[in-house]
Amino acid sequence: MTEKITVALAGNPNVGKTSIFNAITGSKQHVGNWPGVTVERKIGKRVHNDVMMEIVDLPGTYSLTAYSLDEIIARDFIIEEKPDVVVQVIDATNLERNLYLTTQLMELGVRLIIALNMTDLALAKGDNIDETKMQEFLEVPVVSTIGSKGNGIEGLLDAVTNELHRTRVTGNVFTYDDEIEDKAEKLRVILDSDPYFAHYPSRWFGLKLLEGDENIIKKGKESDSFPKIQIILNETDADILEAKVADQRYKTIQTMLRQVCNINTSHLSGSDMVDRVVTNKALGIPIFLSLMWAAFEVTFTFATPFMNMIDIFFGWLAETATTAILVPWLASLVGEGMIAGVGSVIIFLPNILLLFFMLSLMEDSGYMARAAFIMDKLMSKIGLHGRSFIPLVMGFGCNVPAIMATRTIEDTRDRLITILITPFMSCGARLPVYVLLAGAFFGRDAGVVIFILYALGILVAVVSAKLMRSTILKGEDAPFIMELPSYKVPTLKGSFIHMWERGKIYLKKAGTIILIGVVGVWLLASIPAPGSSGTFASQEIYGTTESMIGMIGQILEPLVAPLGFDWKIAVALLFGVVAKEIVVGSMGVLYGVGENEESLSNILSAGSMTPLAALGLMVFTLLYAPCFACIGVIKRETGSWKWTLFQLAYGTSLAWGFAFVIYQAGTRMGLMA
Amino acid sequence: MNEKKLDFIEPDTSVKVVKVTGQKSSRKRILDMGLTPGTRVDVIRRAPLGDPVEFKLKGYNLSLRKREAETVLVEVLK
Ligand SMILES: Nc1nc2c(ncn2[C@@H]2O[C@H](COP(=O)(O)OP(=O)(O)O)[C@@H](O)[C@H]2O)c(=O)[nH]1
Ligand SMILES: [Mg+2]
Repeated sequence: MTEKITVALAGNPNVGKTSIFNAITGSKQHVGNWPGVTVERKIGKRVHNDVMMEIVDLPGTYSLTAYSLDEIIARDFIIEEKPDVVVQVIDATNLERNLYLTTQLMELGVRLIIALNMTDLALAKGDNIDETKMQEFLEVPVVSTIGSKGNGIEGLLDAVTNELHRTRVTGNVFTYDDEIEDKAEKLRVILDSDPYFAHYPSRWFGLKLLEGDENIIKKGKESDSFPKIQIILNETDADILEAKVADQRYKTIQTMLRQVCNINTSHLSGSDMVDRVVTNKALGIPIFLSLMWAAFEVTFTFATPFMNMIDIFFGWLAETATTAILVPWLASLVGEGMIAGVGSVIIFLPNILLLFFMLSLMEDSGYMARAAFIMDKLMSKIGLHGRSFIPLVMGFGCNVPAIMATRTIEDTRDRLITILITPFMSCGARLPVYVLLAGAFFGRDAGVVIFILYALGILVAVVSAKLMRSTILKGEDAPFIMELPSYKVPTLKGSFIHMWERGKIYLKKAGTIILIGVVGVWLLASIPAPGSSGTFASQEIYGTTESMIGMIGQILEPLVAPLGFDWKIAVALLFGVVAKEIVVGSMGVLYGVGENEESLSNILSAGSMTPLAALGLMVFTLLYAPCFACIGVIKRETGSWKWTLFQLAYGTSLAWGFAFVIYQAGTRMGLMA
Repeated sequence: MNEKKLDFIEPDTSVKVVKVTGQKSSRKRILDMGLTPGTRVDVIRRAPLGDPVEFKLKGYNLSLRKREAETVLVEVLK
């Protein structure tokens, strides 16, 4: 019989947890979300020495006093789920701050093993760390590793299985001054006598109470013994105590470090030298913009041939299927509904894979934190974090991967606002609509009009962010306390795994929503309207007044009439939710000119539409409900239909409002008549 | 005493933390990150747009917005 255990990988951000996780589990990993939230949860399996281990890669955390959602998840997992073994991954080049978490994990009394990672970098830096002494001091196993190369993994796993069969008596390595110890002891007695606290190690809980940990105090308040606890807490000034606890933890760490290692502080690190250039006052922004441009180009230009291939392939597949299937409605369902639907899911894959490959390189190398450092001032003006900048810029290429990229934003509210405003970044798929309409109606000024549309999108995003910050998502700005990790050489393997995971998640989670949306629209365009004599899914009725969608268009006509749109535009906009660029094609079909864009622009400018209505239509296309793929990822990344529908309603109302003002005010003032 | 707020300190200056004030949650985090009283902090640089500011302490680099740095009282080391 093999034993089954859970092993949690904990540690500060950027210390190599995921690298070690990948080295342990190989391809046997599963990525999903933590229940109820959209923080990544990675679980993998590995059998070692006849023990079946379930390995959990926890989000990075600096302390067990949790601030961000990531940290709350990591802490709650350790405290509530009680994994059999906790492996803390430590960055050997940054021992002092990394060990701060160790002190707390030890107080918690978990079965702890330390993976002393990045030992290659420590060695190169000239640091000398005596593992054996460290192990003696801490009374927990210490194993050196090099996560990115997979060195030391077997030893680490041996340590895990060895530890299982040892009954452990952890002494209190970390002790505090008499005042704190005295109070911790008094609290311990109270906590031990109340079954409510039985789930928690009492010394740790007591210390957390003394530190003034808000979460822990809240938990404490629910117990009957809280009045007694309160008396002890009231005896001292919580603020002073909190500083003292942190201070004394660091003092013990320093004492230990003096005994176990020799750290070379003399020379300027390579990282510091890179930063002199990369975050330089004059060069920082140009370098950042160049890298952004390069990432953008690689993602969106590089992806184009692949997207074309996918497009051609699915076009061919649809056609082949349509001709092969003899029942006409079935042929249309398979061809125009299902295959086109699957195609519209897959078409985003090149963008997503490439963007996440680039982002992973930036994140793993340590540059992402610099990007946030450089852009933070600008983003803080709209109440956001520097980390919001990159997803927003990527939105100009495609909103879908951009929204998926908001995961690097720690604060839940900042992340939510960024997701909600990203669709206002005018993506590549909206450009064909502008090109056609601006070309037809504004001739030589087309360029200016298109520029104004992009600018309007940014303006709407900025104002919306400010508005949301001061109304529905009110609250203090999250404090900005960000580590700038030292630069590392990212590994291709790590970036490929990351890229592949994002692609898989997209296909699995957003794919269904997109597919349902696309097939739904096909059904609406294929089912004959009540009273129509057309046959289901025949070419003759597809998307016309004879179909359901045409009928809906006509019902909607009074709503869009004040914008200068007729029912055909309403239908084209409905189709546009499948993918924005479809607006153009649908208009062509509806105006009876087929897919020929030139005849469409002729027919439009010849009087089917006024220039003001055309301008309104472009603005409408910019702001209204994003495409199904985008809706799918908004749902996936916010984890909430409520916020997804909010985005749709908000965007569409804005679109309507802008188009209304443009058309009505413009007409009244006799503009562009 | 010449206590100053950390956001006032020019780059290339070394200081010693005296006290962390400010809102409970950010104060706790700042302490956890190692800005405990007595810790030596080197002010490295301001971001190109003037904010946030980068510091070096305990062998690693940390950035704070001026708003957070303002809550850290320090003493300049000669
Ligand atoms: N030189 C070196 N780099 C490492 C080591 N372990 C991880 N890295 C790199 O450090 C970066 C961050 O690693 P990651 O596993 O993502 O850290 P996490 O944030 O803790 O999950 C990546 O670029 C890794 O390739 C190591 O032992 N030595
Ligand atoms: Mg990780």
